[in-house]
Amino acid sequence: MKEKPLLLVKGLNVVFRYPAKEIPAACGVSFAVGRNETLVMAGESGSGKSVTALSVCGLLPEESAFVSGSALFDGAELIGMPQKQLRSFRGRRIAYIFQEPASCLNPVYTIGEQIAEVIRLHRGAGRAAAWKEAEHLLELSGISSAQRAARSYPHQLSGGMNQRAAISMALACGPELLIADEPTTSLDMTTEAEIIKLLTRLKKELGFSLLFITHNLAIAERIADKVAVMFRGELVEYRVKEELFASPEHAHTKELLAAYEKVGKF
Amino acid sequence: MGKYILRRIIGIIPLLFGISLLSFAVINLAPGKPVALENSLNPRISAQTLLRLQKLYELDKPLHERYWNWLKRAVVFDFGRSFGDNRPVMDKIAERLPITVTINLLSLLLILAAAIPLGMRCALRPDGALDKSVTAAMFFIFAVPTFWLALLLMNFFGITLRWLPVSGITSLDYEYLSPAGKAADLFRHLLLPVTVSSLGGIAAMARYMRSSMIDALAQPYIRMARAKGLTEGSVLYKHAFRNAVMPLVTILGLSIPGLVGGSVIFESIFSIPGAGRLFYEAVMMRDYPLIMAEVVIVSLLTMSANLLADLSYAWIDPRLRDKR
Amino acid sequence: MNKTTLIGICIVGIMALAALAAPWLSPCQPAQIDAGSILCAPSSAHLLGTDSLGRDVLSRLIYGSRISLSVGIIAVGISTLLGVFFGALAGFYGKTADALIMRVVDVMLCFPTFFLILAAVAFFDTSIFNIMVIIGLTNWMGPARLVRAEIMALKEREFVEAARASGAGNLRIIVRHMLPNACGPLLVNATLSVAGAILLESGLSFLGLGVQPPVPSWGNMLTEAKATLGVAWWITVFPGSAIFLAIIGFNFIAEGIRKDLG
Repeated sequence: MKEKPLLLVKGLNVVFRYPAKEIPAACGVSFAVGRNETLVMAGESGSGKSVTALSVCGLLPEESAFVSGSALFDGAELIGMPQKQLRSFRGRRIAYIFQEPASCLNPVYTIGEQIAEVIRLHRGAGRAAAWKEAEHLLELSGISSAQRAARSYPHQLSGGMNQRAAISMALACGPELLIADEPTTSLDMTTEAEIIKLLTRLKKELGFSLLFITHNLAIAERIADKVAVMFRGELVEYRVKEELFASPEHAHTKELLAAYEKVGKF
Repeated sequence: MGKYILRRIIGIIPLLFGISLLSFAVINLAPGKPVALENSLNPRISAQTLLRLQKLYELDKPLHERYWNWLKRAVVFDFGRSFGDNRPVMDKIAERLPITVTINLLSLLLILAAAIPLGMRCALRPDGALDKSVTAAMFFIFAVPTFWLALLLMNFFGITLRWLPVSGITSLDYEYLSPAGKAADLFRHLLLPVTVSSLGGIAAMARYMRSSMIDALAQPYIRMARAKGLTEGSVLYKHAFRNAVMPLVTILGLSIPGLVGGSVIFESIFSIPGAGRLFYEAVMMRDYPLIMAEVVIVSLLTMSANLLADLSYAWIDPRLRDKR
Repeated sequence: MNKTTLIGICIVGIMALAALAAPWLSPCQPAQIDAGSILCAPSSAHLLGTDSLGRDVLSRLIYGSRISLSVGIIAVGISTLLGVFFGALAGFYGKTADALIMRVVDVMLCFPTFFLILAAVAFFDTSIFNIMVIIGLTNWMGPARLVRAEIMALKEREFVEAARASGAGNLRIIVRHMLPNACGPLLVNATLSVAGAILLESGLSFLGLGVQPPVPSWGNMLTEAKATLGVAWWITVFPGSAIFLAIIGFNFIAEGIRKDLG
């Protein structure tokens, strides 16, 4: 018997409403992410991938974004849930990492402080304990001089190190689902490979589901269990990885594959 | 960080030089025989004063020698003696400066206390009802001549309502009041001057706070903070606020010349015995040593305030601390 | 031309007309003393009341507009011309010229403008001309920075090369190709500065260091207001409102132009 998926999204619609116009960003998107499963969501910019990911936890601006449909996380309906309740999921059960690691970290606080902050918030730890834990997490993410890194500010670290720090921050409270929105797009290829390796390792060690958003199918080949292809706000193909690469159905998937072939294997 | 401070302080030296040059130039560009003296109201104007002036200006010596002599004395704050009562100029300034500084500091505090919360609230609901009315109000506040506003308020609160005194900083019976009474008396006297002189600053600062806050809230780290599950309060007051408030420090420094310049008018209107009013009286009486000294001292203070603001900014923003 | 600019132009226009048509518009001579009607409240005889020498406030207000508007416009004319000159010099020739001029700007910004103006007024006499010049000499830093920034931005563009290749001299390049771009921001700056200059002149006259009585200036009318506080509200309200309206008018124009510039 198949286990119930951790995240079950059905018929998700996102429309941005402005005084002058209405922009549909995602239309009827449906997919599922099982426990300890990796779903790679691929597509070009503007295809609605990030919007879908953000809408799961209610992170789109409430004044302009109108979200409808269903997103069941472990049986709880997240769409339409009031912000106060959503906060108990964020950082604790569902965590995010984003594209530009340095910009996602507050420039005026140290790395350690920002990680410790989320530990104090969700695990009720004291300042000293949280700081120690932050250092430990940085070490886990492959940062050798973890203590110095914790005392550093984002601008003092490289892009790769910042992303490792962001990953530490995301995994600090043991989330069940990690949503990674193009985390390696702004990194160079070597660093990108390191981060992918890191994520794979941590996923195996800690055990969480991964929703990885990218425009690079090479990554899908490397880490995905399932692949979902987004095109202009719609989910156009949703298959198990091997099947998608063997016999793609949708025209856009074929385009993406063609580009991937040209660039070369990851 | 230390290097940055050193560099900034060294950078001040040419400015100091420039200030001294400019002050000296203004004085010496005046007609050789100060024409204004003849029109002055001071009844003691006579050949005697003209002689003092000649001696003071050393009009027989070449320009660069005069400048050098003046500079030598200025560096030790020896600006000579006042024409009015022959007391050393520095003494006269020193006894009045604390009052002006106090009032300006109070104004600065009021500006910060009022503008920051106001700017924040406007930023949280851009183009909302509060934001629009504040923007409109600011437009009018900037247009109102502050001395006119002072007169109107004095008229209303001081005379019509008789709530507040209209002159001085203390009442006649100040000496006999209890400490609490003294504090209350000072408060009543300073309320109008400090409020009116802060108004322009509050309007400007609130506007800056608003746009700074809006900018900060648009940054990616705010979305991350929310994604971490932080309460909206934490997001706003811990993450956004700290970033939004940083540029305001520099702007505060830049608004100090305006406050100091305004002191002249406010102290005259409210009859406050401060350095601004001293300057005004000196100008009316053409008390040249006093005028020169005040110009130099005030610009020094302004420059120091700017320097302090710059350095504070470098101290608060971690990104600047590491600059060579 | 949007609504805001239009409203501003209307306000300023009415004042300018009043200033020009003063001799025909004012009911009395501004210096006409009428010992019999000292400090009269607004009435049918004197629409805005009289001051402590029995002079008609309305007439003095109308003649006062001449002072305020002329000081404002001429002072700003001077400061804008100076600013454009120095800004262009600094921006175009760079290096030493730029360093020197910017240092001077820094020094001048260290002085609270009002202090500097007062000091200058103390050493020169208080004629209207002197006031215009002094205000002009203390306000050129803003336009200078504007023009400098604009020219520095444009210096590297290709059309400068092209113009030079076609034989254009430096002056021609600056004036015909670069400065027009700065016109918009300069206009906004200038309009705001006129408002500022009017405020400065009023402040100076209020303190007795600007326009001297009996010549009427909105500022020196307020000097009297201080003496008659609580006794004659019209002497406080009307001149001050005139200053306020003038400033609002110019601010509206500036805001309107700024909106159009986008």
